[in-house]
Amino acid sequence: MLYSEIVMDHFTNPRNVGTIEDADGIGEVGNAKCGDIMRIYLKINNDIIEDVKFETFGCGSAIASSSMATEMIKGKPLSDALTLTNKAVAEALDGLPAHKLHCSVLAEEAIKDAIKNYYDKNGIEYDHEQFKQSDHDHDHDH
Amino acid sequence: MKVYADNAATTKMSKTAIDAMLPYMENIFGNPSSLYSIGQAAAEAVYEAREKIANILGCATNEIYFTSGGSEADNQAIRSAAEIGAKRNKKHIISTTFEHHAVLHTLKKLEKEGFEVTLLDVHENGIITPEQVAEAIRPDTCLVTVMYANNEIGTIQPIAEIGAVCREKKVTFHTDAVQAAGHLPINVKEENIDMLSLSAHKFHGPKGVGALYVRKGVFLSNLIEGGAQERGKRGGTENVPGMMGAAAALEEAVSNLEETNARLLKLRDRLIEGLLEIPHSVLNGDREQRLPGNVNICFEGIEGESLLLLLDAKGISASSGSACTSGSLDPSHVLLAIGRPHEIAHGSLRLSLSDENTEEEIEYIISEVPKVVEYLRNMSPVWRDLQEGKKDYVIQ
Repeated sequence: MLYSEIVMDHFTNPRNVGTIEDADGIGEVGNAKCGDIMRIYLKINNDIIEDVKFETFGCGSAIASSSMATEMIKGKPLSDALTLTNKAVAEALDGLPAHKLHCSVLAEEAIKDAIKNYYDKNGIEYDHEQFKQSDHDHDHDH
Repeated sequence: MKVYADNAATTKMSKTAIDAMLPYMENIFGNPSSLYSIGQAAAEAVYEAREKIANILGCATNEIYFTSGGSEADNQAIRSAAEIGAKRNKKHIISTTFEHHAVLHTLKKLEKEGFEVTLLDVHENGIITPEQVAEAIRPDTCLVTVMYANNEIGTIQPIAEIGAVCREKKVTFHTDAVQAAGHLPINVKEENIDMLSLSAHKFHGPKGVGALYVRKGVFLSNLIEGGAQERGKRGGTENVPGMMGAAAALEEAVSNLEETNARLLKLRDRLIEGLLEIPHSVLNGDREQRLPGNVNICFEGIEGESLLLLLDAKGISASSGSACTSGSLDPSHVLLAIGRPHEIAHGSLRLSLSDENTEEEIEYIISEVPKVVEYLRNMSPVWRDLQEGKKDYVIQ
């Protein structure tokens, strides 16, 4: 099999799919040209992620990575969510094929992008270095 | 329900092909180069297999060379034309933008070796014209190679007309007929074809066996040096069972071609009609000039690999031109060649039917695909933006 059982489970029964109407932070990474876009919606209260939803256009591992990453940050403080790495997402999924690892990178970056959006909207100071993204267009070399 | 709808990838072997092979594994296992009787019996079998294929293609027995498959045949044909071309100082080759990679990658390599390659535009319908070929031919053109029918979108090229243009201009003409052999009536003499590649596993024969037709008088060089097999043009002990299976499968495939195709056309057209009812979907490739079993549709707002995985969970085996299914990051070069934008090409679905598919299976596909498409669209941010009017639909 291309994918682990956990990936298939999160792909076929994704957790936290959807949107949050009055989201406190929305993040989006990827582009349709490359075949994957992830959008993350956060509901934040007292620096705790009370709710999280995602929408993903992409392959099985992109959907599974979104599902797993949202599960890993739900109910957690923002400081925890900011330390979530793509490696942790991939490990929680029991591994991803080498050419699919960028899907877990997208999940990490989508969450960070949503938190950054929350900080920006609320005028909260933050370290910009923390939110540096990889250059997807460059990576995908069109 | 289990539905195998990826016959352009490979086919299930027919009982006829298997039965034709077994004696050459169990009893007549001799090496055709050996003098004793089981060797000579194998040599006779190889001759008969070659003769059968030659008769079907309308050429002489000694114009058929067995290979390990379509890719090898393509490589050998193109390399041979390039080799003789270089000797005559003709280093220009004409092909199309949507050939199989066995052709395109060979041409890429030749470019690095100093050849100039012109790739003809295949238009939105996925068909080139003989006029394009005529206009592209130069005094230094040594080869025109155009596929008979495209492997992804099934469009059939005007091969006889292109062949006539090449013959008139005295340029060698090769066609990759891997998707066409056993599916369309082919006559290499009438269609002015100089070289033609075919592969047995695309018409219910075994994998690992193909053939290259080379018209008498056309230069052929070796990819594999060795013994005197294949008239010295391909060393290596013959895959006798494979050749027997290939010949038997091709014979069976063409025996009822008209009837089979009439039935397949009905299934194909019903499938296209049923799937195009999904909003914002479009058929890839010409509606009429396409293989009787080929359906290829793009659905806006979704990605092909997730579509395939969910269809697999419903028992449907299909394929897609999305980047994720290829292991690369770019979607199908064929869909890009007919002008589909990247984001649309990622959402393609190819269903390729064979004689074994039934009406019930077609109805099952028509009932399941819309559900899966809707499910994926409901979690797609691209689809949301289209629905909310933030972006314009590419497919109306």
